Amino acid sequence: MSSRAQSAPSPSPAPAPPAAAAPGPVRVTRSRRSAILPAIGAVVIIAVLAYLPYAVHEGTTSLLVNFFILLILASMWNLLAGYAGLVSVGQQAFIGLGSYSVLIVGLHRVSPFLGLPAAAVACGAIGLVVWWLLSRLRSGYFAIATWVIASIANLVIIRFPSLGGGTGEPLSGMPTGNPTLLNAEIYWASLAVAVIVLVGLYAVLRGRLGLVLTAMRDDETGARSIGARVTRAQLLVFVIAAGGCGAAGALELLSQPFVQPTAAFSVQWTAEMIFACLIGGIGTIEGPILGTIVFFALQQWLANYGTWYFIVLGIVAIGVAIWAPRGLWGLISERLNIRLFPVGYVLWPVSGAPAGPDGSPPGPPALHQLLRRLGRRS
Amino acid sequence: MSWVNAIIQGILLGGLYALFACGLSLLFGVMKVINLAHGDLAILAGYLAVGVVAVTHLPAVWSFIVVVPLFAALGYLAQRTLIQASLSRGVLTTLLVTFGLSIVIENALQQFFSANSRSLSIGSLVSDSLHLGSISIAYLDLVIFAVAVVVLLGLQYFLSSSRPGRLIRAVADDREAAQLAGADYRHIFGIAASIAFATVALAGIAYGMYTSIDPTSGTTALLLLFAFEAVVIGGLGSLWGTLVGGILLGVVQQLGAQVGSSDQVLAGQLLFLVILVIRPQGITSRRTA
Amino acid sequence: MTGGGGGGSALLEVSELTVHHGQLRALSDVSLSVGAGEVQAIIGANGAGKTTLLRAICGLKAPTSGFVRFDGADLAALRTERRVAAGIVMVPEGRRLFPSLTVQENLQVGAAYARKGPWTIDRVYELFPWMPERRRQLAAQLSGGEQQAVAIGRALVANPRLLLLDELSLGLAPVIVARIYDTLPELLASGVTILLVEQDVSQALRVASRVHCLLEGRTTLAGAPADLTAAGIESAYFGLSSAAAPGAAGPAGAAGGAGETQ
Repeated sequence: MSSRAQSAPSPSPAPAPPAAAAPGPVRVTRSRRSAILPAIGAVVIIAVLAYLPYAVHEGTTSLLVNFFILLILASMWNLLAGYAGLVSVGQQAFIGLGSYSVLIVGLHRVSPFLGLPAAAVACGAIGLVVWWLLSRLRSGYFAIATWVIASIANLVIIRFPSLGGGTGEPLSGMPTGNPTLLNAEIYWASLAVAVIVLVGLYAVLRGRLGLVLTAMRDDETGARSIGARVTRAQLLVFVIAAGGCGAAGALELLSQPFVQPTAAFSVQWTAEMIFACLIGGIGTIEGPILGTIVFFALQQWLANYGTWYFIVLGIVAIGVAIWAPRGLWGLISERLNIRLFPVGYVLWPVSGAPAGPDGSPPGPPALHQLLRRLGRRS
Repeated sequence: MSWVNAIIQGILLGGLYALFACGLSLLFGVMKVINLAHGDLAILAGYLAVGVVAVTHLPAVWSFIVVVPLFAALGYLAQRTLIQASLSRGVLTTLLVTFGLSIVIENALQQFFSANSRSLSIGSLVSDSLHLGSISIAYLDLVIFAVAVVVLLGLQYFLSSSRPGRLIRAVADDREAAQLAGADYRHIFGIAASIAFATVALAGIAYGMYTSIDPTSGTTALLLLFAFEAVVIGGLGSLWGTLVGGILLGVVQQLGAQVGSSDQVLAGQLLFLVILVIRPQGITSRRTA
Repeated sequence: MTGGGGGGSALLEVSELTVHHGQLRALSDVSLSVGAGEVQAIIGANGAGKTTLLRAICGLKAPTSGFVRFDGADLAALRTERRVAAGIVMVPEGRRLFPSLTVQENLQVGAAYARKGPWTIDRVYELFPWMPERRRQLAAQLSGGEQQAVAIGRALVANPRLLLLDELSLGLAPVIVARIYDTLPELLASGVTILLVEQDVSQALRVASRVHCLLEGRTTLAGAPADLTAAGIESAYFGLSSAAAPGAAGPAGAAGGAGETQ
């Protein structure tokens, strides 16, 4: 910051420290309150959800499968845009490719359920290639280029008649047997993937990558200047998001066992992902969850209104983007000061209430932590 | 001779693409805004033209006189309200807002005009063609191409030689320095947006004459993508480059169509990818990306 | 710290100006006044707040508290463009010409919203005789000194009453700097008042009738060059608390505190 312009030597003219006390010993925790309660709550919720096929009608579990799929997609888009600063309007490329991966597995007489991990891996690998193509592009260019990629994926797939060409293809290779059990298995698979995604995100964001991402989200140039491996973090995020969207696409085909390229690669997927993220709140793990819930509630409520539903949704999205950029969860968590997925750091001076200019989760201390952790490893 | 025909068709089609692209190029070059609603705005203009014709029963050509100035005004308004508000909040916001706008426009069109496709009839101009040996060129295509060239070169001249054009370039270079010279950059942005929207309207009406449109054409016809590809291939910063890019895209697409009917769009996408990888600043640009 | 007697009707009056960059306090209660026809220099090291002060005066940065008055009128409500119309024009740090525009076009943009006055593009071409034959060159292709001249010209054609010059000498060879400063008398003769920021203290002392020193956002020294000593200026510039320096007022206890660094 201050460099001496003239020649004369001088002691560093540090400003007189403010009247507030010099920092004493502090304790660092990961969350403001105990994280046990939300954790127990989460386990209970998952257990209840897992039990559902025994308790409710298939229609409900079907709906929930769609819910989980959108939840996964919204979380991935949030990871891309809210943390890595990568705005993609072409994730439908990986969703479609994920569906077709399962189709291909099924065509080889292997259980399509194995197509699920195959889809995630395959799409992650393709994501790597796509990143190599697009990584140098700046945000606006990058966004449309992702859409072009999706269009290319669509156009390439329809050249294969064995995959159904332009008209589509039903899923084959599903194990015959009790259809109710099959639906339950699809449901459990969706639930499992959603849980893995959320838990995985939580783990990642709590760790070193998470620090880098949060630093990047706040200030990319600043993050680079302190040594954070920004491009590598972006690469990882892009690959993870590709794989995640691939898994979602796989689930989509498993649950609606007919794939049609126009629908599979439709930009409508991106619209839904973005809306869910936007309304829920970009940049937190909780945001996409809330956003997906709201999106589904709106969908059920306004289903009879056809295109008005989309018009309203579009207007709401514009309004939220401009006036409430942190979304519903942003508003809620600010008011109530809660975090269900604590990924930050809180300083507690040994003698009492948490530090921070207004009692909210700190900025500079997180930077200190990052500096120390990066310094130790690099 | 089908290859020659393909090239000629490609050049003419390229004019239409360039017309689409110039509004996008202006918005992005001046304001760094990627307008994801670009294709839908064009279709909206096409629909409005259809509406004007239906109400006034005038020949379709007159719809230009109503819709283009309307869109110019709309552009200025949109810039001073929506776009300016999103610009101050960052790139993500402008993308989200224009994306939301795209959805609203598409569904509003569907709500008010139904999902059926429409087209602007232009009488004899549609069916008549110029015949040169074994090659036939539709008059409509020629007219659209001529309009595109005139608009693009005219706009280029406007930017390079007029006072408002100079101010637009100055604000695009350095918004703050322009403020220090006394320019209200929001107003200048508004003018640029106004021009961009006017060209979008032109392109959309032309498109409605060229082929039939339906509410989702903005996205399904990949108009936004083609416009963007034309800009990137040709090189940002020069409308002449956008014309070149549009023509190249058109030609490659038509050549691709010769290979296989479903390869038309794919050929263009692949050209775009290649340019992106080996020369991302575009063909006519002297700068590095 | 006040800026010393500036006469009854100061052209520019800054009073108790405080400016923040986010949480960082860039200026604290800075006051100064500039009389018509004066040349006043603001000196100080990097990060002292000099550019922030100029940006606050021309409206690019809104102050947290305090006033900027021009000709007696409070500028708070005026956007930067309107201040240009009122007669405050800044030549920003780093020149900031429009790189894709030619020399001539840069000047034309400067003249686009000009007030009535003696300065025209032709007069700028007279002031810098080498410029006319380079007028069609892109601004980005000029050397640093040439760009600085064009930047000054661009500001002049707007016919300012108060010209703000931010770090003219930045990145330029001393010979070039001297040549640029040689044009100042002609500017003054045409009725322009000048407030300049300069890191090169000796250059500032040579041209200014009053000098104002900033350190860490606070005023540490103000007065006419004749009334100041080298020692006083040095201590005000660097923040050393040195004893018995007439005209100097260093901040108390500023010598190397401990405390957290980033």
